[in-house]
Amino acid sequence: MGPVTHRTYFEVEGEDRSALGEQVGRQRARVLDRLREVKRVVAVISGKGGVGKSFVTAALARSLTRREARVAVLDADLQSPTVARLLGAAGPLHVTDDAVAPALGIDGVKVVSTDLLLDDGRPLTWRSGAGESHVWRGAAESSVLREFLADVAWGPLDVLFIDMPPDAGRLTDLATLLPSKLVAVAVTIPSEESARSVHRALAAARDTGVPVVGIIENMSGYACGTCDTIGPLFTGDAGSRLSAAFDIPLLARIPFAPRGGGMTWLPGAVIDAVLRDRSDA
Amino acid sequence: MKFLCIDCDTQMTFEERQQPGDGTFTASFTCPRCGRRVAMLANPMETQLVSTLGVEIGGRTLDDQPLEFTRSAVVSSDNAFVEDPRPASRGPRPDWSAEAEDRLARVPSFVRGMVKKIYSDYARERSIAEITPAIMDRAREELGLEGM
Repeated sequence: MGPVTHRTYFEVEGEDRSALGEQVGRQRARVLDRLREVKRVVAVISGKGGVGKSFVTAALARSLTRREARVAVLDADLQSPTVARLLGAAGPLHVTDDAVAPALGIDGVKVVSTDLLLDDGRPLTWRSGAGESHVWRGAAESSVLREFLADVAWGPLDVLFIDMPPDAGRLTDLATLLPSKLVAVAVTIPSEESARSVHRALAAARDTGVPVVGIIENMSGYACGTCDTIGPLFTGDAGSRLSAAFDIPLLARIPFAPRGGGMTWLPGAVIDAVLRDRSDA
Repeated sequence: MKFLCIDCDTQMTFEERQQPGDGTFTASFTCPRCGRRVAMLANPMETQLVSTLGVEIGGRTLDDQPLEFTRSAVVSSDNAFVEDPRPASRGPRPDWSAEAEDRLARVPSFVRGMVKKIYSDYARERSIAEITPAIMDRAREELGLEGM
C-alpha cells in the first residue's frame, strides 16, 4: 500500500455527524436507564435445548410472586419462544408514549416475547430482502433483545428473568448491556449429554464474568401420579457433577410430573438464591 | 464517518439521506468550499447491516421509537401492536385530512402506527390542529424522515 496523500479520519477535525459509536453508546445508556428500577436480572441458561429451561423460568417467576416479589420475564429465545404461553400471556402489545407495555401473565408476571408478535405457527422471519441473512441475522437478534430491554416499560421489579436461547453467545450480549445487574441460573437434566452442554454454558458465564447463583436439575426422575414415588427417568447425575465442578450450589431437583397441571412451585432455597444480591453470588 | 473533498482539503457537510424503497440507501454530502456534491450509495446488504445495528448514517434526527427496529424488521402479526393515544395533557389530538389519511395508508402496515405517531407528535408539539400532506412534507423535511 502506498502512502495516503490526503488527510485521514483523525486528521480531519470536523464533526463526525454519524457518530456511530456514540449512537451505540446511547443505545446502551437507554437500556440501563430503563432498568434503573429493576433490582436484579437473572438469565436462565442451559447451553442446550430440551432441558425445560422455559418451564423452569416460568416456575421461578410464579414461585417468586408467592413472596410478593415484582417479577417479569423477557423471552430471549427469539427463535423458539415458549415462556409467554407457559405464563398465559397474550398480545397485542400496547405502545405508549415512549415504551411498549409488557403483556400480563398468570400471577401478574409481566412478559415480553416474540411469541406475542408472530402469527400462530409462523417462525421468526425478517422483512429484509437483502439476502445473505447469515451475515446480519445475529446482529438483528441482538438488536431485538436490546430493544426488549430498553423499550419495554418494565417498571419497578425485584427480578427480571431472561429465558435464554440455548447458545451461549447471547449471554455475552447481555453481559455487555448489563454489566452490574446480571446473574444466571443454570438448568440441566441428569444426562451426560446435558452435563457436557451445560458445562460449556457455565464456562461461558464464568468467562464473561456473570455470577451463577445456582443449578437446577430438571426432569430429575419421574413422579408417579398414582403411587406418589419418584422413579428413574434419565441416567446420570449432571446436577451434582456440575455443582462440584464449578462450586455452584445445586438448588433443586425437579422431577418430571406429567399429572402436575404444568406448574411446579420451587423451594424456598431457590427463591432465596435468586433474590440474593449479585455481590453475594 | 467523514467525507473529505480532496481537491479543497475540506470536510464535506452532510446534506440529506434517502431510502428509495428498493432496499438501498443514499446519503449526499457537499463541499462547502467548491460546492461539489457526492452521494454515497449503499447496496441492500450494506443498508441492512447498518439498519440492523439500529444506527443511522448522518446521525439520528428523531428520538428512538419504542421497538423501532423490531417493528420494522420482524415479520409480525398485523395486530401485534396497538398504539395507545398520547396523554391528553400533551395537547389535543390533531385531525387528519382525507388526503393525509390516503398518504398514510400507503405506508407499509407494519410501521404505519409508528409513522402516524411521529406525525401526530410533530403536530401536537407545534399546536397544529390538522395534519395535511403539506404538514407531512414539512415534518419530513424538518425531521429528516426517509420513505415516510
